[in-house]
Amino acid sequence: MADIFDAYALADAWDEMFERPGEVRAAYEPVLAALQPIEPAELRFRADQMARAFTDRGVTYAFAGEERPWPLDLVPRILDALEWDLIQRGVAQRVRALEAYLADAYGPCRAFEDGVVPWRLLLNSPHFHRSAHGVEPPGGVRIHVAGIDLVRDEAGAFRVLEDNVRVPSGVSYVIENRRAMTRVFPSLFAEQHVLPVDGYAQKLLAALRAAAPGGIGDPRVVVLTPGPNNAAYFEHALLARLMGVQLVEGHDLVCRGNRVWMRTTRGEMPVHVVYRRLDDDFLDPLHFRPDSVIGCPGVMGAAMAGNVTLANAVGNGIADDKLLYTYVPDLIRYYLGEEPVLPNVESFRPDEPGQLEAVLDQIDQLVVKPVDGAGGQGIVIGPKADRETLERTRAAVLADPRGWIAQRPVALSTSPTLAGERMAPRHIDLRPFAVNDGSEVWVLPGGLTRVALQEGNLIVNSSQGGGSKDTWVLAEGPAEQRHEEESGPLEKAPRQLGPDGTRTVVQEGAQQQ
Amino acid sequence: MNDVILSRIAEALTWTGRYVERADATGRILDAYLHRLLEDPWRDEDAACRSLYAILGVDAPDQHCDMRQVLDRLAFDADSTGSIEGALGAARLNARSAREAVSSEMWECLNSTWHALADQRTAARRTGGPYAYLELVRRRAALFFGLADSTMSRDDSWRFVVLGRSLERVDMTVRLLSVRVLDAAHAPDWPTLLSASGADEAYARVHGGFGDSPKVAEFLLLDRDFPRSALHALTTAEECLAALGRPRQDPARRPIGALRTHLEYLDSASLEAGLPTLLRDLQRACMASAEAVAEKFFPYQGPVEWAQEGA
Repeated sequence: MADIFDAYALADAWDEMFERPGEVRAAYEPVLAALQPIEPAELRFRADQMARAFTDRGVTYAFAGEERPWPLDLVPRILDALEWDLIQRGVAQRVRALEAYLADAYGPCRAFEDGVVPWRLLLNSPHFHRSAHGVEPPGGVRIHVAGIDLVRDEAGAFRVLEDNVRVPSGVSYVIENRRAMTRVFPSLFAEQHVLPVDGYAQKLLAALRAAAPGGIGDPRVVVLTPGPNNAAYFEHALLARLMGVQLVEGHDLVCRGNRVWMRTTRGEMPVHVVYRRLDDDFLDPLHFRPDSVIGCPGVMGAAMAGNVTLANAVGNGIADDKLLYTYVPDLIRYYLGEEPVLPNVESFRPDEPGQLEAVLDQIDQLVVKPVDGAGGQGIVIGPKADRETLERTRAAVLADPRGWIAQRPVALSTSPTLAGERMAPRHIDLRPFAVNDGSEVWVLPGGLTRVALQEGNLIVNSSQGGGSKDTWVLAEGPAEQRHEEESGPLEKAPRQLGPDGTRTVVQEGAQQQ
Repeated sequence: MNDVILSRIAEALTWTGRYVERADATGRILDAYLHRLLEDPWRDEDAACRSLYAILGVDAPDQHCDMRQVLDRLAFDADSTGSIEGALGAARLNARSAREAVSSEMWECLNSTWHALADQRTAARRTGGPYAYLELVRRRAALFFGLADSTMSRDDSWRFVVLGRSLERVDMTVRLLSVRVLDAAHAPDWPTLLSASGADEAYARVHGGFGDSPKVAEFLLLDRDFPRSALHALTTAEECLAALGRPRQDPARRPIGALRTHLEYLDSASLEAGLPTLLRDLQRACMASAEAVAEKFFPYQGPVEWAQEGA
């Protein structure tokens, strides 16, 4: 019988579901068995249901000026316990190394003295803020939340594509994707034990409270948003709601005497931790861009005085600079004395003598990225670019070698994705989220899997027409039973069921016909 | 001059309020269980379903229980007022027999809900997930009480609807908590129970944290401001009874009034220690009160059947 997977042709990349055509990987067997008998029309129906649920809940994003429901594909992306163990260790290791780098760069600068990282990398970074120097964050945490982008290469190995330690976003979609999948497609979960994702807000709040300035018994945490017009406003509101904290805009806060207060109907209330969801540049017009109207004047002064904690810390941009990325494996060895668990993608640094020429020579075979581009902007994929784009890129790299890196193009792994009436392979990546509370780096099981919905496309950002997949981490088995005492079967509780509303006596003919 | 209300009508109104609240609460409990069973990697479906049956006062079958069967019994069974569909059907019939006392908008809400259930039931059976079904029930229940709020005068008719809703609400909140207190191993965790009561966001705001402790029980029983808490619902029920009848020596008011004052002055430590007893007392008090209400206000016994002598 023909089914939706019939015409599935593997692309020239690692496929998440199929080892070979027709041969499914063990972790995907139950899902394939559940999906295979479903008619295309039925799948469409569910996809529509999902889209409507997202629209109703306000989980939308702006695309070409119109409000679209968040695109979630029906086929989940599955990571088995072993794969997840590797990812979790690798991500946590990376965050620890970047924390150490930030502490070093805004402190003793040992790595630069020892020649691990060149000074110029720090000093000419647009994200290096002198005002962050000497600020000693509580618990030593500057990266309260990190999103580390991973890809899987042709051989099936996970590699780090980039680090996000400023204001990583997307975790709300992880939570909403799971919610939607369990409601629209419950039967998929029947056979497998998937680790839940709803503990995130709790971990985040614990980490934020732990980050409060010393000596405060019951710290007040707020989420600072640029406002409802921001593309990620939904996420800001969701996190504030789940944590039960106030969602504030810059003008709800007032700073006096290096302390931060929020304006309420009961007077001004002190604020101790600001989980800020806006960039350094806009945070405080007194310190950064004076034209920022979404920031809070004075908040940086309060942070420098140690009266309020900003999460993530100001100045983190030097750690997720894409040029620094190429040094992270060295930083892991230098600070932690460990070998990197997750390798980088092979990269060139055009600002080093010799490498610039190498990049320019083979620019048509490399991926060239601006060092501080976000959302997939400005990326040029050599093998797919036309001659004119290549010439323009070559000139740009030549003019500002510090502003670019070049990488070997990785054929991102593919996953079956509903395209029209059939399944087709589409490229995916993975962004796990890590929360650092000062004693432990916790990684949310799964993360955001983004998928490039156009055939062959390698850029997965939603601003470029990308979709997403629910990401499952399979539990290791019954070894981790919940530790709760068993009680015997319960007694049946009493109940008043009440009259069902039908008349006890039915008499026909009481009315005149 | 229409300030009196027939006993028969009062009874129908009380039960209409109860049934709609029951359908709503049952849907929320089922949603919490489904959610947990899907997301909890270490689940024991059979045991969880059995404790659910027990808490809702339904006989568990001898053979293996699963969620599909639970839905058939507790959601889709039109013949039992203990299931969602049965409760909404009974609410509709009760409202029809009190048709002149409920507003047309309320009646239409119940009637159209009843007719809309079939489609959603079919869809739920086909996709294996009752999400849309339960959502419909939740929304229509909110609509019904919203309409009662905005289209009924604050007279005795309205008080009977609210009284029924409040008594059922205490009862169902107690059942929701019982699953966790009496059989923690197979129950949804505290955060799921909170969201089942629609209380997760209110709770987070008050306690600035998460429902990982008996504080949730405290919130759902003792919070003065949250409308689904036992204390709030008891207070509302008592207010209705006070306005309906004799203020003193009211056998309907006594059990819930006594418990309300008990709850008002209960501290966290003794709450935690005596939780199972308290839940049982709450349930008994609501039943005693409901019986006293029936005795006092609904002496009407149904039509008398006459038999012909010698026939």
